[in-house]
Amino acid sequence: MSVTEQKREYTVKDFGSDQDVRWCPGCGDYSILSAVKKVLAEAGVPPEQYVFISGIGCSSRFPYYMSTYGIHSIHGRAMAVATGLKVARPDLHTFVITGDGDALSIGGNHTIHTLRRNVDITILLFNNQIYGLTKGQYSPTSPFGKKTKSTPMGSLDQPIAPMAIALAAEATFMARTIDMHPKHLMATVKRAMEHKGTSFVEIYQNCNIFNDGALAYAQDRKVRAENVIELEQGKPLLFGKDMNKGIVSEKGHLKAVRIGEDGITEDDVLVHDEEDSESYHAMLTRMRYPELPEPIGVFRAIERPTYEDLVNGQIERVIERKGKGDLQKLIVGRSTWEVHEDEAEAGKG
Amino acid sequence: MSLEAQPKTPKEVEELPQVTIRFAGDSGDGMQLTGTQFTNASAIFGNDVSTMADFPAEIRAPAGTVYGVSGFQLQFSSSAIYTPGDVVDCLVAMNPAALKVNLAELKHGGVIILNEDGFTEQTLKLAGMDRNPIKDGSLGKYTVHSIPMTQSTLRACEEVGLTGKEAGRCKNFYALGVVCWLYSRPLEPILDFIEMKFKDREQLREANKRVLRAGYYFGETAELFTRVFRVRKAHLPPGVYREVHGNEALAIGLIAAGQLANKPIFYGSYPITPASDILHELARHKQFGVKTFQAEDEIAAICAALGASYGGALGVTASSGPGIALKAEALGLAVMVELPLVVINVQRGGPSTGLPTKVEQADLFQAVLGRNGECPLPVLAARSPSDCFEVALEATRIAVKFMTPVMVLSDGFIANSAEPWCFPNTGDLDPIEIEHTDEPNGENGRFLSYKRDEWLARPWALPGTPGLTHRIGGLEKQDVTGNVSYDPENHQRMVNLRQAKVDKVAEFVAEQEIMNDPDGTAEMLVVGWGSTYGAIRESARRLLRKGVRVAHVHLRHLNPFPRNLGAIFEKYRDRPVLVPEMNKGQLATLLRSKYLVDTQHLEKVQGRPFTTVEIMDAAEELLAAKGAKK
Ligand code: SF4
Repeated sequence: MSVTEQKREYTVKDFGSDQDVRWCPGCGDYSILSAVKKVLAEAGVPPEQYVFISGIGCSSRFPYYMSTYGIHSIHGRAMAVATGLKVARPDLHTFVITGDGDALSIGGNHTIHTLRRNVDITILLFNNQIYGLTKGQYSPTSPFGKKTKSTPMGSLDQPIAPMAIALAAEATFMARTIDMHPKHLMATVKRAMEHKGTSFVEIYQNCNIFNDGALAYAQDRKVRAENVIELEQGKPLLFGKDMNKGIVSEKGHLKAVRIGEDGITEDDVLVHDEEDSESYHAMLTRMRYPELPEPIGVFRAIERPTYEDLVNGQIERVIERKGKGDLQKLIVGRSTWEVHEDEAEAGKG
Repeated sequence: MSLEAQPKTPKEVEELPQVTIRFAGDSGDGMQLTGTQFTNASAIFGNDVSTMADFPAEIRAPAGTVYGVSGFQLQFSSSAIYTPGDVVDCLVAMNPAALKVNLAELKHGGVIILNEDGFTEQTLKLAGMDRNPIKDGSLGKYTVHSIPMTQSTLRACEEVGLTGKEAGRCKNFYALGVVCWLYSRPLEPILDFIEMKFKDREQLREANKRVLRAGYYFGETAELFTRVFRVRKAHLPPGVYREVHGNEALAIGLIAAGQLANKPIFYGSYPITPASDILHELARHKQFGVKTFQAEDEIAAICAALGASYGGALGVTASSGPGIALKAEALGLAVMVELPLVVINVQRGGPSTGLPTKVEQADLFQAVLGRNGECPLPVLAARSPSDCFEVALEATRIAVKFMTPVMVLSDGFIANSAEPWCFPNTGDLDPIEIEHTDEPNGENGRFLSYKRDEWLARPWALPGTPGLTHRIGGLEKQDVTGNVSYDPENHQRMVNLRQAKVDKVAEFVAEQEIMNDPDGTAEMLVVGWGSTYGAIRESARRLLRKGVRVAHVHLRHLNPFPRNLGAIFEKYRDRPVLVPEMNKGQLATLLRSKYLVDTQHLEKVQGRPFTTVEIMDAAEELLAAKGAKK
């Protein structure tokens, strides 16, 4: 963004397009759209500085509903498109909007490689554990045994944990949040945007048509406190309505305990650290309901140079050393010879 | 002038108009390097040259086996030539397998130079030979020079201090020295090359120089050779020349396009034979602001290039047939979102993995038709290594002018062949003008992302520009506004518009020229595209010498066809039309369907280019058949 750009106040309206939103009424996508618009309005950067890139799926209609630049690309490929854009134009704030099928099935490869490169983009993965747009087949995050149209006897695939994949792919920022928890959602998106590098945000999203309530344990405010832990930097991993339960590590395994029982005090509870360590972050990614409460918030945030900075840095270094490229020199190459007029004859063409 | 061959021992010097040499050995023997250096020396000497590399798909197939043989053929000539030669005049074979694989193409009475030390009981067995051909007289109809190259090489670098193994690896330079002497080539360019290549490795530098000279002096002093050959300088059009390979010329062309457009090139690519050298070449030239991106797969490569184009860079991706197949869906997206993109296919033998290192032209249908939906895009083909430069430039011009992906077809033959290139002066190259919209083009300050210009191109508005925010995507667009639309009439209109836009490219590019028929009285017409250029050109020339006049049309533009192509077929209406292709008649089919012209196709799908004779024979047969019908 250029410095001459006037900082000005923006409202949510400045970020909405004139297109009718076509998600099913009650879909979790609505609250995510509204949260993102609110965060952008608060950021004070004009809409033309943002590009939203999506793949295919319900969530991927998202760019059409924003007044920013955007590409509704093809199934699974949003991150590849975004990588090219960001390398070409590091000045733009680039978002990827994707889903569990888009990012973890057909586009799984790009997810891994975008993360390991640490391209400075923000990935919002709407995880509803189902294929919505194609009307209800199981997805890579659907639980084993899930009965859907394509698996009338239950799915035979072990579900994958998006966060575990992100960590294995060397993610520098990973977070989880929930469509029905707007305050948390906004705070998480804001943190993700501010991170320099690939930020990977898994958003639990309710598909009320094909998979209603699949994530209710985390979404429903009445039970949420018992089933999720809100991670906060430097704070102990406490949960429960009365915040009287915690997570301890026992011989490298995580265990939920009640403070005050069996002589356990708050000091025994693990303290969250976004920067350290990989093995701790790995344990967080493996915490699954109902065995354990599921963490939400920022799992991990570390610093590493971004891919586009490295790419452009190499170019700058070469230019510093050799000067800008000279096209004529390149065309001439290493050795030439001349054919003179008098040697020439009816020619070659 | 020191080493330009003036044989000190008086030997007979025979002048030859042109010579074809093939160097053959194990893939680890350095035959490609040897051939390249000989080519370079010949080009600098002033001959016209044309080369062909023929190597196995395996990097180091088991030594000594026939499938591990790597070959490099070149023709050098005192007049203009267009092919690496039909038959081989001189075969250099480093082992029995190399001899066995290549002997069939050596002409009767041709010269064979053998590494005697390479013919051991073991290597003979590996090549499946019962007897040693050096000793059993089976090579009687050739002039055979059997030289103990390995031993001589070891002796030559005795004092340099290399291990025996390292020294042995220099033997290709010994062979090169011998051949340089035999064909009166100067050693200087090769010595310069050694100097540069082994700049930091003194021992190897010294060893290779000694070995090269040793080979050369061996020729001079040995009784083996009774005469040497000389091929005079070629009479090429005046100008300054360099030697260039196809993939290299593509890379230089892309960089030039970026410079002329004042835009950075973003090159997304996944390694694949025979296209990878474009990536290697571009990665070496970052000082031009080129951004090379080795993607995780073919799909990411094209998608990233498209994303870069959206941001205002010149997005380029390249691959070979299997990779292009993977890119097909993204190509459809590029057609739909109407962004500039250059997609290069260095074709190889197919289908599937096919023949990775061999040549074929069977991806024409894939380029023109190979996507879902009505999905037209311009297709251009390069006809020779140096033509790749021009084609890369023209493809970029079309891509940005028409806001469209453009497919460029090259092939494994062009990619790895070299020829002299009378390169242009950058000052003479037209700039590539690009306009980025910076103001709303609709009423009330609205931006209409699919409002077209006179060429039917939509505006290229860059993210970051205030007031022009818009969303593009793969869903059908409403005409003018670019909003998503499922309206039936609109879909028909948009399909028509996309087609009309691509058709308009024919108005933008040059008319098709006809070669070899200035007065329009040729007896027949030969139509070709791509790397068959040299073989067809040469056939037409030779036929002319026999009194047969053949017009030659060589298409660069395969979609849309040149605007005067219909008129050309009209002109040759009563005469046979021959279409030689390294496929089962794909261009012939397209021409038949578009122009209702009775094309006769000549096919070859053997992983090898046409020989001149094959095309001459087909032309003569066709003429004879026509004569018989009369
Ligand atoms: S199908 Fe499900 S995910 Fe898709 S829009 Fe409807 S509710 Fe939302």
